[in-house]
Amino acid sequence: MKHVLAVLVENKPGVLARIAGLFSRRGFNIDSLAVGETLDPNISRMTITVTGDSSTLEQVVKQLNKLVNVIKISNVTEDPAVIRELMLIKVQADPQTRSDIQQIVETFRGKVVDVSLDSLVIEITGDEEKLEAIKILLQHFGIREVVRTGKVAILRGSKTTREGYGGLVD
Amino acid sequence: MKKMKGSEMVISALEKEQATIVFGYPGGAVLPLYDSLYDSSIQHYLSRHEQGAVHAADGYARSTGKPGVVFATSGPGATNLVTGIATAYMDSVPLVIFTGQVGSGAIGTDAFQEADITGITIPITKHNFLVNSAQELPKIIKEAFHLASTGRNGPVLIDLPKDIQDEIGEFDYPEKVDIQGYKPTIEGHPGQITRAVKMIKKAQKPLIIGGGGIIRSGASEHLYKLVEESQIPVCLTLMGLGGFPGDHPLFLGMLGMHGTRAANYAVMETDLIIAVGMRFDDRVTGHLPSFGANANVIHIDVDPAEIGKNIQVDIPIVGDVSLVLKRMLKNFNPGDTSEWLQKVKEWKEEDRKFVNCESPEAVKTPEIIKTIFNKTEDRETVIATDVGQHQMWTAQHFCFSRPRTLLSSGGLGTMGYGFPASIGAQVGKPDATVFCITGDGSFQMNIQELATAAHYQLPVKIMIINNSFLGMVRQWQELFFNRRYSSTSLAGNPDFCKVAEAYGVPGKRVSQVDEMESAIDWALSTEGPVVVEFVVETEDNVFPMVAPNRPLNEIIDKRGTK
Repeated sequence: MKHVLAVLVENKPGVLARIAGLFSRRGFNIDSLAVGETLDPNISRMTITVTGDSSTLEQVVKQLNKLVNVIKISNVTEDPAVIRELMLIKVQADPQTRSDIQQIVETFRGKVVDVSLDSLVIEITGDEEKLEAIKILLQHFGIREVVRTGKVAILRGSKTTREGYGGLVD
Repeated sequence: MKKMKGSEMVISALEKEQATIVFGYPGGAVLPLYDSLYDSSIQHYLSRHEQGAVHAADGYARSTGKPGVVFATSGPGATNLVTGIATAYMDSVPLVIFTGQVGSGAIGTDAFQEADITGITIPITKHNFLVNSAQELPKIIKEAFHLASTGRNGPVLIDLPKDIQDEIGEFDYPEKVDIQGYKPTIEGHPGQITRAVKMIKKAQKPLIIGGGGIIRSGASEHLYKLVEESQIPVCLTLMGLGGFPGDHPLFLGMLGMHGTRAANYAVMETDLIIAVGMRFDDRVTGHLPSFGANANVIHIDVDPAEIGKNIQVDIPIVGDVSLVLKRMLKNFNPGDTSEWLQKVKEWKEEDRKFVNCESPEAVKTPEIIKTIFNKTEDRETVIATDVGQHQMWTAQHFCFSRPRTLLSSGGLGTMGYGFPASIGAQVGKPDATVFCITGDGSFQMNIQELATAAHYQLPVKIMIINNSFLGMVRQWQELFFNRRYSSTSLAGNPDFCKVAEAYGVPGKRVSQVDEMESAIDWALSTEGPVVVEFVVETEDNVFPMVAPNRPLNEIIDKRGTK
């Protein structure tokens, strides 16, 4: 099963290595990992997507909690959350296919961000299903390269991930 | 506020922490640190290998309860610590380790004697720090001691670049620690404790399994009271030995692979396991699905990650074992265990019948251990062991009754641990009689520490059980690999007494049964460190035994599988 974890960590060197190492030691492959600063520049937020069974995940989360640099972990897999990922796709496009591609991109509310004689770069944001759907469609034209940011997640409603931790606001 | 160099801050911080004893080994990247040490109040013990220093600090910590402090240089000095750090990590021993590092500017350039020791030790430390400026050093050291010695104890490493040791800063040692990501749960949840007490009342065949957590949290007295009040039998893991009186009628002995029949049968039959500060290691549980298969489980541990890791738990209680037991005792309401105790008594009787007496003319390790026990009963005795057959025999036959009297590498199983650990214990407990019970294999893994013992005249009694084999590995080859003794013969062993004498340590060899007692008397009455080498039967085996990953009632003894 796929799990999405939101992890608040101290923004210090070496923290990423500590966290990534824990996953690999417990036999977990990280599907995606996105890191960025929060409102508080001393704290970073990681969104980690992993596949594995729940009991192993429980152990990983407990071990993560033991890391001194980890402030909070939330498993947002089951929570109502907005989960998004950004993907850049370089797709083959000649004058004949360009408009077809553009039509697909518009339907998916993506953007063409670069045009050359024989290719287009498309920027698209969404959840996993949406990104997979457009990828399948564009494969028809020939995808040259795909770059993905990894998922980021935020809880719906006014609740924040850090709530209960010193009243800080994300 | 006083201005001082980073290296002086380390010394001042150690004084503030009342950590006045350091085990270490100097080198290029800690020259400033050792210079500040030179005229300080800190007592430094020079080992002859960094591994010796870290095990000594570990033995000091296990025997006294105070964090052990280690100094080592960068690169090879630091990497030589790795086994000792891992040993302490596995057994939750509080250590604060200072390693030198190349100058900040040279980090990452593969400079001379550079090793990324913070990277290397991430999986084997509770936490580690790379110091960026002298200014942050007081806070880091304060946090390091706090982390090492609170919650689940463990080693903490501080990597100290050479230039930071010389950098001047203000020494403002913090009074308090506040680490955002570290708030261990110490008090057990009252609701869970109440539920546990109710479950204990209902149980027909309850069993307490105590582990190293009993020792680490100082819970022995509460455990004793709980057992007395509840009349629930107790067994202990290797790490828990000493946490409960070994001669108590309700004590069943050690459980697990080399455990007693009483303890192992009780585990298989119990309807309620009360696990106290233990972590269901595979050497304890054997075949997991059959371990306590008929039992509910109450698990008390300070580390939430241990709960549910190997065994399904019915009532988890996260908290300091000592505090939780104390709370449990407050409104304790024990059930009737008399029928169960009758059964347990029969098993204990079976254990008693099983005695090693086949070749009385040969020196037998269990007899050595029992003799050492009998001759030291009236003394404050600390036993450090190495790893292997002698370790299991010591656990089985020495009647440990007080906490912090057995020092043994349980989790990592580190050969070479025992001798330096005994040195550390002797430093921490100068008035205690400290024994190192070791094997011919293990002893040679840190034999150079004879110089340390001789240098500081630490009166450690070194008992070498010499069977000319890596005994435990050979035993497994005999039992599970058709007696194919692949590379386990230690033919080529030195004359241990002569080696000892070369270091200025007197030695005696025992090869006849009738020499055994007098040799132990001699060791006890000789001042300073001594070596006694016992030449024992080469192919003796430790029994009872449960094969790995087998149910605990499948006990093997001399007469074959039972």
